[in-house]
Amino acid sequence: MITTTHSTSYFRELQAKSLLYRMTLLKLIHAAKAGHTGGSLSCVDLLNVLYNHVMDITPENFSQRNRDHYVHSKGHAVEALYAVLADKGFFPWSDLETVGKYGSHFAGHPTRDIPGIEQNTGALGHGLALTVGMALAAKKDGLDHRMFTIMGDGELAEGSVWEASISAAHYKLDNLVAIIDRNTLQISGRTEDVMALEPLEDKFKAFGYAVRHVDGNDIAALVDLFDQLPFEPGKPNLVLAHTTKGKGVSFIEDKAPWHHKVPSETEYEIALRELGLAEKDLEAVDGLE
Amino acid sequence: MDSNSTPMGLANLDIFASTLMELAANDRDILVTTSDSRGSGKLVPFADKFPDQLVEIGIAEQNLVGISAGLASMGKKVFAVSPACFLTARALEQIKNDVAYSDHPVKVIGISAGVSYGSLGTTHHSLHDFAVLQAINNIDIIAPADNVETALAVRAAVHHPRPVYIRFGKKAMPILHDPQVHFEIGKAIQMTPVQDEYDIALLAIGEAVAPAYFASQVLAEQGLTSCVLSVHSLRPFDEAAVEHAVTHSKATITVEEHSVNGGLGSRVAAFLMQAGIFHPIHIVGIPDEHTVIGSQGEIFNHYGISAQGLAKTALQLLHKEAV
Ligand SMILES: Cc1ncc(C[n+]2csc(CCOP(=O)(O)OP(=O)(O)O)c2C)c(N)n1
Ligand SMILES: [Mg+2]
Repeated sequence: MITTTHSTSYFRELQAKSLLYRMTLLKLIHAAKAGHTGGSLSCVDLLNVLYNHVMDITPENFSQRNRDHYVHSKGHAVEALYAVLADKGFFPWSDLETVGKYGSHFAGHPTRDIPGIEQNTGALGHGLALTVGMALAAKKDGLDHRMFTIMGDGELAEGSVWEASISAAHYKLDNLVAIIDRNTLQISGRTEDVMALEPLEDKFKAFGYAVRHVDGNDIAALVDLFDQLPFEPGKPNLVLAHTTKGKGVSFIEDKAPWHHKVPSETEYEIALRELGLAEKDLEAVDGLE
Repeated sequence: MDSNSTPMGLANLDIFASTLMELAANDRDILVTTSDSRGSGKLVPFADKFPDQLVEIGIAEQNLVGISAGLASMGKKVFAVSPACFLTARALEQIKNDVAYSDHPVKVIGISAGVSYGSLGTTHHSLHDFAVLQAINNIDIIAPADNVETALAVRAAVHHPRPVYIRFGKKAMPILHDPQVHFEIGKAIQMTPVQDEYDIALLAIGEAVAPAYFASQVLAEQGLTSCVLSVHSLRPFDEAAVEHAVTHSKATITVEEHSVNGGLGSRVAAFLMQAGIFHPIHIVGIPDEHTVIGSQGEIFNHYGISAQGLAKTALQLLHKEAV
């Protein structure tokens, strides 16, 4: 699955998937009249590359332990995860029509009732400790599989993140990959205004991580970065993924209120049109080759 | 007044926020602490108007409660505002040690409580808060039923000498009380006329009071009388009012937006048993199972916390007793 050099058409296939996921998650949120629009759009390229390029997680091997694992620590962005898991064949696309509805298992946060979801998340600041435990178990069993988690940047105010970080370094978990969706926004505004986080790189380095920066919405850059795992033997890996909250829809991008705002009828149509145009552009480039 | 003619008010959350605005204007010692929760707490206008009286902590509920206790220990009147689910789980040890045990009178405000975040799943439900806080000494526990109780509870909390927890939801609530109603922390409010005898006692707390009250109207149509109590305070607990309601009724139903374990129902049952009052009682709440998702209303209906559901439970209980 992993190749060292990737053709441009390979990247375009992944980019097309990101567009499909963006349309799907907007559809879900629009239908449920609830959801986390901005944070789902910001991390969907990360999830795309993880599930379609980096991790060996499939419906077939999901019941086994000797595979990679993923924990969606920023659980509120569940709509992005639902889109990716449906595409991976964990459940039929039509199941997503029930998201958030009375009696459905598809809640507004990840639960293990859903095929493909490993941990119940949604209360921020839990994912990293769970991932540390999973990575530690893999080490004890001599498995060389990797444990991934994506956290929000606002989530980093939770003390538990830093407690788990100390443990990750202490146990030299170079099979752990902690990814920060560094979109610089949380509900109330800019992270630096709400509760300043910087200098994040220095903080994470001081906590013992091998830290890398990447454009978290650039498929090729993500593929290139994750191909280099583990970054430094004996150190947990930390990716500062610089993203745009709401990425892919012009009027949603980088706007705090879109954290959990639901697109109106018109906004939904415009958003789909924008994503549709982006899809056409991709196809046009493909046609030229 | 019946469920059709009862006027709708705002969300208790809105009333909390506007009451706090009024109070803070005249008291610079009133502080609000938030954990990226000012929007959910309807406190953006507060932050704009009194920027020096809102302390943002970021997404860190333990830190929120610890800092609030420190502020309170220095004489500040602190309202620590965060979703009830995180506040009373994640920050429970801070509540126990730094607030209750240390006797720093923080006003711990659990917003979007119970199943207000119904579709968001169990991480976002607080069905445990009454239980855990009742097991911790020295923190009063209040869940107002409507806008009137909310405004009065918030006012009472400002100068309350002890730590206090107040929880409410985010849906618009029917106005159940006259604004002049007598509200006192620890004193239940009887919502139906006082009589010598009732068919059923409906003891409810928080946002479950409205369905209990409307159930009494459904039962009245069938000629049955009810004693409906809004037991807004779990601590101090109004034993006298509960004893009156129960001993003058044929059966009792308790109703709460909380686990059936450790909340109002358990409190009432323990009190009655130990007072030697042996009496048919049924606890309605969220059962000990994986909670269904949906809106607050859908979840209420699912578990029989509705006018029809409670009326049905009352009839079953009364027939059972008659047999
Ligand atoms: C423990 C906890 N506190 C509060 C919340 C409510 N909440 C949900 S999302 C969010 C903001 C998250 O911001 P960030 O981590 O930056 O995520 P992103 O920008 O990627 O959406 C908050 C406060 C929560 N889910 N869990
Ligand atoms: Mg963010």
